[in-house]
Amino acid sequence: MPPALMQQQQLQNRWQAIPMSSQKPAERINNFSEVAKGYTEEQALAEASRCLTCPNPQCVQGCPVNVDIPAFIKLITEHKYADAIRKVKEKNSLPAICGRVCPQEEQCQKYCVLGKKGDAVSIGRLERFVADLELTKPLTIPKPQTLNGKKVAVLGAGPAGLTVAADLAKRGYKVVVYEALHVAGGVLVYGIPEFRLPKKIVQAEVDYIKALGVELRTDSLIGRLFTIDELLEEGFDAVFIGTGAGLPKFLGVPGENLNGIYSANEFLIRVNLMKSYKFPQFKTPIRVGKKVAVIGGGNVALDSARSALRLGAESVCLVYRRSRGEMPARLEEILHAEEEGITCKFLASPTRFLGDEQGRVTGMEYIAMKLGEPDESGRRHPVPIKGSEVVMDVDTVIVAIGRTPNPIIQSTTQGLNTTKNGIIVVDTDTGQSSLDAVYAGGDVATGEATVISAMGSGKKAAHSIHNSLTR
Amino acid sequence: MSKSKPATQLKAETKTNTHKIIAKQDLASNIKQIQVLAPEIAQKAKAGQFVILRVHEDSERIPLTLVTWDNDGTITLIFQEVGYSTIELGKLTVGDEILNIAGPLGKPSEIKNYGKVAVVCGGVGTAAAYPIAKALKEAGSTVISIIGARNQQLLLLEEEMAKVSDEFFISTDDGSKGHKGFVSDVLKTLIDKNYGFATVYAIGPPIMMKVASDVTRPYKIKTIVSLNPIMVDGMGMCGACRVAVANQTKFACVDGPEFDAHQVDFKELMQRLKGYVPEEKSIIQHLNPLGGKCTCHQH
Repeated sequence: MPPALMQQQQLQNRWQAIPMSSQKPAERINNFSEVAKGYTEEQALAEASRCLTCPNPQCVQGCPVNVDIPAFIKLITEHKYADAIRKVKEKNSLPAICGRVCPQEEQCQKYCVLGKKGDAVSIGRLERFVADLELTKPLTIPKPQTLNGKKVAVLGAGPAGLTVAADLAKRGYKVVVYEALHVAGGVLVYGIPEFRLPKKIVQAEVDYIKALGVELRTDSLIGRLFTIDELLEEGFDAVFIGTGAGLPKFLGVPGENLNGIYSANEFLIRVNLMKSYKFPQFKTPIRVGKKVAVIGGGNVALDSARSALRLGAESVCLVYRRSRGEMPARLEEILHAEEEGITCKFLASPTRFLGDEQGRVTGMEYIAMKLGEPDESGRRHPVPIKGSEVVMDVDTVIVAIGRTPNPIIQSTTQGLNTTKNGIIVVDTDTGQSSLDAVYAGGDVATGEATVISAMGSGKKAAHSIHNSLTR
Repeated sequence: MSKSKPATQLKAETKTNTHKIIAKQDLASNIKQIQVLAPEIAQKAKAGQFVILRVHEDSERIPLTLVTWDNDGTITLIFQEVGYSTIELGKLTVGDEILNIAGPLGKPSEIKNYGKVAVVCGGVGTAAAYPIAKALKEAGSTVISIIGARNQQLLLLEEEMAKVSDEFFISTDDGSKGHKGFVSDVLKTLIDKNYGFATVYAIGPPIMMKVASDVTRPYKIKTIVSLNPIMVDGMGMCGACRVAVANQTKFACVDGPEFDAHQVDFKELMQRLKGYVPEEKSIIQHLNPLGGKCTCHQH
């Protein structure tokens, strides 16, 4: 260790996390490159050395996929980075992704003993460090499995589906993943922007899963190309549905179909999946005006707002019906957005949109809200204040108020029970649906949640598929 | 000990198929027909459905109606070169491959014996109407077709449509063939002659579908249109294709593409279709798809 760093470490209070460097706000709002740069080796060693390696580690209970966190951190302190990533991958097949987009502050890090008096160990940053280091080396193809003769179809190549595929392939199953889009990754490629999750990272993790022997079939929309019944008849022993929550919600207020009003899904699909931030090199257009309003307070709203800023908007205002404290987005992302100059209008909800003769949006009327009694989400319910309507000038609006499951599989599969919102009803312990041999996990079974919780439910389903097929 | 079988080695993403173009034909100026290998889609396609395709890695995803599909594992698509992406598609020749084709997408048409059905279509809409007319005929309906175009040269699938129709009418804007005027005029005449249509299918440019639906509205004839708004994924994700039907927002890609014509807000549909006209113009200027230099910075 260089003397300077050693000194830094000695001076460093054990209660303080090593910060991760990131692109400066003024610079990053002009590009789509990753904001957070990741730890250097020295930084990772210093941060790893803060871990107390508790004999009864609390952090692991906060991890939906039960990564042996103290073990991999200890391996980092011993400079055994290859062993460290192998330790992570025993439980988590997408570590470079999770190291970036998991809300660790709500999960593993929330339980870290150090967090009681100071900063929790930066588990996510350490996970990212070892995962990224591995990606700089040639892909190590895992030991070939002995195929057990059983076949499983996985519908959707997002976080849930890829986890099921990896876990079952490691156990010797022949797995075929059917993905409706032209590329694997699900929300990781169409939803989360390049500046938060570079697509080459997703591709590298998908390559790892393919190296496990998983067959990936893109452009295959199940429900239309094949039904689930047909897949089972064709010889699959089980089917896992991991089709996510892809159907955007709209506000349902007048004028919402004016040009210039996007669902966050459309906006992000154009920007991320179709790479319209590189238009005209990539041919899918996107139009961002000068004054952008983004409706919503979650991570998707922030991703949309920050993308709009990078595409040249003069002002981007987040309009949220509750207050800052109730925003479901990660705090780190809120801070990033604020640093970049995104403004927020809290306790406001659109009531109608105004347009010009060409049908383009020119204004948004919104009503002020106040917080009432807590609702079923536990957050105080926003209530409109009568007569408080105001019009703001906008030329672009992005509606990011949530998504529900895509209805195609549900409407083409007889006997598959769903809630009225189209969420597939499953046994929460096993992931099994109302149909034999049909399992579901991730957003399609839980409603919109996080990448890691989708992976957690995928893991559970893979385990019960294995149990049921070897019984 | 069982013999260990090695797992599949790392390989390129397995696409459903390689989508090779095996035949190509110019139907009219700017209107092309291609026959493409897509065995799984060919096996599953039904009248009224469409595909989304992507020509190259940097291309748009574009929706095209399935025109025919065959036991030989091919599908036929017809398209008009109206923007960058369709011009790019038109440049492919026999033997070339289309990078991605996803389908069949959308709800199939409700095919049954309706009694007497009018199939009214204009321009490239005839390509979308043909499989529906054919399926209606096979299901026992009496099919009266009215096909139209600006002029005789732009008429599509004349013979094919005639073959699946009990009666067949042509209309051209300039009168170069058949009735001079619009398909909706012919439809009105037939309705007034007491043809007694149980259902009318109207497929073509939005303005044509709007006028046809205005013709049938006072007669309360059930009228179905197949809409082709801007789409990105075509699978219910983006909502770019949203249309107001009976004042409810519907997605043409998963709730349609067919809707009750009398409930569709055509004005909004037409405005939404113009959403990217400036970008379409700019990309054609920048990257002249037919070759030649960018002309936009020559001041």
